[in-house]
Amino acid sequence: MYDTLIQMLDATVRVSAPLILAALAGLFSERAGIVDISLEGKILGSAFAAAAASAVFGSAWIGLIFGIIASVALALIHGFACITHRGDHIVSGVAINTIVAGLTVTLGLHWFNMGGQTPALSGDQRFLDITLPFAHAMQNVPVIGQIYSNLISGHNILVYLAFVMVPVTYWIVYKTRFGLRLRAVGENPHAVDTAGISVTWLRYRAVMMCGILCGVAGAYLSTAHNAGFLKNMSAGQGYMALAALIFGKWRPVPVMFACLLFGFLNAVAVRLQGVIIPGVGEVPVQAIESLPYVLTILLLAGFIGKAVGPKAVGRPYVKERA
Amino acid sequence: MNQAKVPVWVNIALIPLLNITLAFVISGLVIYAIGQNPIEAAGYMIYGAFGYSEGVGYTLYYATNFIFTGLAVCVAFKAGLFNIGGEGQAYIGGLGVGLVCLALDHSMPFIVIAPLAIIGAAVFGAAWAYVPAYLQARRGSHIVITTIMFNFIASSLMVYLMVNWLKGTQNMSLNSRTFEQNAWMPYLHTLLTPLGIDIGDSPVNLSFFWALLCCFGVWLLIWHTRWGYQLRTLGTNPTAAKYAGIDTAKVTIWVMLVSGALAGFVGLNEIMGVNHSLLLNFAAGYGFTGIAVALMGRNHPVGIFLAAILFGALYQGGAEVSFDMPQITPDIVVVVQGLVILFSGALEHMFKDRIEGFFIRRAAAAQEK
Repeated sequence: MYDTLIQMLDATVRVSAPLILAALAGLFSERAGIVDISLEGKILGSAFAAAAASAVFGSAWIGLIFGIIASVALALIHGFACITHRGDHIVSGVAINTIVAGLTVTLGLHWFNMGGQTPALSGDQRFLDITLPFAHAMQNVPVIGQIYSNLISGHNILVYLAFVMVPVTYWIVYKTRFGLRLRAVGENPHAVDTAGISVTWLRYRAVMMCGILCGVAGAYLSTAHNAGFLKNMSAGQGYMALAALIFGKWRPVPVMFACLLFGFLNAVAVRLQGVIIPGVGEVPVQAIESLPYVLTILLLAGFIGKAVGPKAVGRPYVKERA
Repeated sequence: MNQAKVPVWVNIALIPLLNITLAFVISGLVIYAIGQNPIEAAGYMIYGAFGYSEGVGYTLYYATNFIFTGLAVCVAFKAGLFNIGGEGQAYIGGLGVGLVCLALDHSMPFIVIAPLAIIGAAVFGAAWAYVPAYLQARRGSHIVITTIMFNFIASSLMVYLMVNWLKGTQNMSLNSRTFEQNAWMPYLHTLLTPLGIDIGDSPVNLSFFWALLCCFGVWLLIWHTRWGYQLRTLGTNPTAAKYAGIDTAKVTIWVMLVSGALAGFVGLNEIMGVNHSLLLNFAAGYGFTGIAVALMGRNHPVGIFLAAILFGALYQGGAEVSFDMPQITPDIVVVVQGLVILFSGALEHMFKDRIEGFFIRRAAAAQEK
């Protein structure tokens, strides 16, 4: 029983890591007032770029860099449309998601001739699991030993990075000058402008932060969690991250817990596939799979707490002219 | 001084044309970048979509879906709402059609099943839009987020229903049993061949005419009813609508019900018209394409019809081109679709403001003389 629990929590951590990265990415963007449903597209674009570069150059780190570049480029397109040209944030997001879905397969087919996939990655082309010091020695210590050696140890570097990014994001958003301005520009851009700070440049920096974190999330999918790029491999995780962002009410630590909850539900669904509970019959795993979305809707509707986003989110800023 | 106006043709022809041209040019560059000849690809595409009778039939078949989803997006847009859930509403609408057909195909003739299937599609599609609509209208939850979530819930629900309840006993794959012939939407080729019109063996069916009727209906509804006026007022200025005594919450809910019903009609074409059984993933992104169609068609039924034909041609042509040029898959059409959304939606102000400015200045200069 205890072993099963540890295994499920381990699976939870693996599934949650990209969600956390993407949700924190969304946090930077939305806190600055830019709605971002293109998290999905950025993850997918980065997953492709990372896997492709890693396959060509033989290094997961180079893959990561290319993944981030691709994702930031997409973020800049989003910024160009939403900030510079005051376009609709949702429409721009849909556009980016659609373009990436088509472009990754088209380019993949051209470069690798494998039906849109990248070659299978191995060795240095992937981020492999790291065994933390004393993990083997701790194995037999009751209770704590299991947690340390099987749950905390044995993940790849990007998983640890995801969890480190939670306090880092908290620090940036709440303890730095940039963070204060970031939050201000999402609540009241006029005030920020009046203080002589460029709304445009601030928002561009926010979407670039968003791009970097989505880039890591995408690289995680294709070079750490899996061994290569598959068509449409992000499979809705960007939207799931968006749900987690709302569920965590746009605050770093609650967002992390929302991601862990959603990841745990996923682990439960996988575990319960085909299991028959006496009296209930076969567990409808689809119900568990859709629970994150149902919960988010209930929260948005104000049935379980209340989610209120940044005030100026989704609204273009038009500077007044004399 | 504000006498100067932008000529009508600039807004309804020049700007959409510019946007689509830009989208095509960039897609052409992508094709060029992967070492293929874009002109040659375009040639195959046009031939595949319009060059022979069966191709034309396929183009119209795809266009049928896009008219439905394009209208669904348009109706919501006009009221200032973004219905991104067309995908889920189409999926559940198809479930409604399938259930009607499965229940009645042994006992009823087509003439009874067809209207009931239309009602089934509309009711199920609208029901799937109702919850997000209610939450937006009464509890202030953002409709974009809730409709996205409902897309995922729809797909989980359909898997559950197919696996546990609707899967046919005969087949290994996740299909329901095939409907009896009297629950099939008649193919146009069975009707047109006796008249001497040849559209090959294509899947375009009577739903196409229902789509045309819907175009007309939406036009009537939005521009020629009191209710359409309320809808447009809500879309243009919600505060004004409120102070004019319009029950904005009620209008919001009704608009979304209509939008969901329109998206649900995709089920008529796909389930009753082509697959003749319930299956998974038949919505296949048509809901999202509806966004591109509505933007391209400037949110007007005539524009949407034309844009739907264009996208139908792209889908059919895109499938065709990969036979002759295997490096170009239908995915390139997805890129074109995304670029259309980008240029005519997200970046609409980029050209529009400049072009309109140009014409306003020109008209003003002419007046001064």
